Amino acid sequence: MCGISGRLNFNREPVSREQLGRMIGTLSHRGPDARGVHVAGEAGLAHARLSIIDLEGGAQPMSSTDGRLWITFNGEIFNYIELREELVSKGHHFATRSDTEVILNAYREFGEDCVHHFNGQWAFAIWDTQDHKLFLSRDRFGVRPLFCTQTANSFLFASEIKALLTCPEVQAEIDIQGLDQIFTFWVTLPPRTAFKNIFHLPPGCSLSVKDGVVRIHEYWSASYAESADAHTANEGQLAEELSWLLEDATRIRLRSDVPVGAYLSGGIDSTITTGLVRKIAQERLRSFSITFEDAEFDERSYQDEASAFLGTQHSNVSCSSSDIARIFPEVIRHTEQPVIRTAPAPMFLLSKLVREAGFKVVLTGEGADEVLGGYDIFKEAKIRRFLGRNPNSKWRPLLLKRLYPYMQNIQRQPTAYLKHFFRVAAEDLSNPFFSHLPRWELTSKLKQLFSAEVREATAKFDEVGELESALPPEYRSWSYFGRAEYLEARYLMPGYILSSQGDRMAMAHSVEGRYPFLDYRVVEFAGRLPATVKMKGLDQKHLLKRAFRGRIPESIERRPKQPYRAPDGKCFFGATTVDYAEDLLSPAAIRQNGLFDENAVTALVNKFKSGRPSSIKDNMAIVGVLSTQLLIHQFVNQRNGGNEPCIESRFRTTSTLLS
Amino acid sequence: MHRVEIQNNIHTFVVTNFLFGQTLDLQAEDSLLDNGVIDSTGVLELVAFLEEHYGIKVEDDEVIPDNLDSTGRIAAYVEMKLSCAA
Repeated sequence: MCGISGRLNFNREPVSREQLGRMIGTLSHRGPDARGVHVAGEAGLAHARLSIIDLEGGAQPMSSTDGRLWITFNGEIFNYIELREELVSKGHHFATRSDTEVILNAYREFGEDCVHHFNGQWAFAIWDTQDHKLFLSRDRFGVRPLFCTQTANSFLFASEIKALLTCPEVQAEIDIQGLDQIFTFWVTLPPRTAFKNIFHLPPGCSLSVKDGVVRIHEYWSASYAESADAHTANEGQLAEELSWLLEDATRIRLRSDVPVGAYLSGGIDSTITTGLVRKIAQERLRSFSITFEDAEFDERSYQDEASAFLGTQHSNVSCSSSDIARIFPEVIRHTEQPVIRTAPAPMFLLSKLVREAGFKVVLTGEGADEVLGGYDIFKEAKIRRFLGRNPNSKWRPLLLKRLYPYMQNIQRQPTAYLKHFFRVAAEDLSNPFFSHLPRWELTSKLKQLFSAEVREATAKFDEVGELESALPPEYRSWSYFGRAEYLEARYLMPGYILSSQGDRMAMAHSVEGRYPFLDYRVVEFAGRLPATVKMKGLDQKHLLKRAFRGRIPESIERRPKQPYRAPDGKCFFGATTVDYAEDLLSPAAIRQNGLFDENAVTALVNKFKSGRPSSIKDNMAIVGVLSTQLLIHQFVNQRNGGNEPCIESRFRTTSTLLS
Repeated sequence: MHRVEIQNNIHTFVVTNFLFGQTLDLQAEDSLLDNGVIDSTGVLELVAFLEEHYGIKVEDDEVIPDNLDSTGRIAAYVEMKLSCAA
């Protein structure tokens, strides 16, 4: 796992080696083991290496044996051994044992379709010196990041935005529409980012640049069309198939020339992946977790239980509110986008623990909730739909109390109010986004904090309409459950879970995450399953639990779902307010950046300082504003010498790549 | 305490606490729930405010939209509680 960057000049001027060096220099946290730069006339590729496979032979950028193709690659192709054999049988020669060379030869053999043969997590760029064509690709689910931008004379790409911003011709400006989307969906809609004119290649897409023309091609998309076979199969058969797939997904994810560890959160998913690693590798396994000082968030008793049950050598790192406040600026330097939860911060501490223990690779349970029906939002939607069918029912609202057993605010809520918060308007039942309406409605309230200027500029944006127009044509034919899963897996997962909370926090300390649940075979299998076996009644991840019954502690199987959360707003306002928060939330700093209303922010800050109870919305708001201010401070104002406003040439939103 | 005064106090609390000080044309009869002014924690915050500020005790079965869903209703409810206590 590594960092990549590169540049293609449309006017065929040679790429500057120094500039490539500056770009890749910003990504040394992703690849501290080696650095390489290759210039081939108008194209240049750079690579920061974290050595995991073929430690001796895998240096990059790497060329094909005939010297025609050059590649810079971040990630893993887990089925590279089988693919290599297939390519050898077709007459290809290999000079190394690396998966990088497998990509090169697969590209020679299959062209752009090579990606269909890959089972893995990747972001790579191949430069064809003969065709003068640049080819970029990103894995199906967006595990590995890949950003790009286009200037008048060049196309640039990199694993992180900070590398692109080393190029003087790339502007650092906040994209107001991107911000508006984050304050609705928690994420930007692909390919938009929080920065104007900087884009990410959407998951499941490849991109080519030839003769100055950029072309994006979606090679894979998720389907939630339930199959007739899965409907007729009995649950036992489906559980067996799921179990086999996950075991094989784990087996190929253990391919590594360095030791592999495991995250163990105390939940079902990571207990299953850790158990599978133990079963396959048989050796003493190191596992890692976060504990919280605040009991509301802490899961250590379950972590200890899982570790004892599976026989791992377990280490944990404790996370306090003051830890979160201390590291939050660094966290935002890595997320490169505003966040409305502090939950990435503990993941930053966890990857540090893993790295200090001498590990570069961890297997985790990410993806299970999205593909196998684990999230509370799925359950909430099911209950709301049930209520909506009989809004006058006296007893149906009582089900709402079962929704969020871990949230004290909800438990203390009078039923009359609870019913109102989760109320279902008749027209909502036919809304294609039924499951997500409460979340988006709540998050959109944060826009009350926007400055008058930003509110006026964003009023014309129709985020939900944009999302609707991007839906696959078959979306409406899927079950309600499948639609909700699609929205989570397509948007929140790559845009936040796998990036801000995933890759970016792990790679901050040079740690690679691997996710058996995101093996495309598992995801495609799960997509075909009837919704009723994923969530039976209100039993989340029903089939997964059945498949692994007896292989995880019973208490973990039976525990109520507790989503991973961390203390939010109060972290920054203890006995005294954290210095940088005081500065960046001051009326002067808010006014200078122009995105938020200084009076509104001051009212919010005063609420936290007073120690009065704060709502979910208040917490999301304070974290959203502070992270946006930190982002501007670190990426815009510092780069511009502090002299330029962050939204100069305001509110232009068209661009070559988006139009 | 006069109902108009109570209502003004409550209006100020609602605007400062739930609307981040943003002005909103919030009339005495406007529903706080339907207008998205109050969220799930908001009811608890409101109850805490009423108890601390007016020295009343809000019983569990009184936490219903009929009593608390507009500044006008809240003022009437507080007035009723204060008169009972007097």
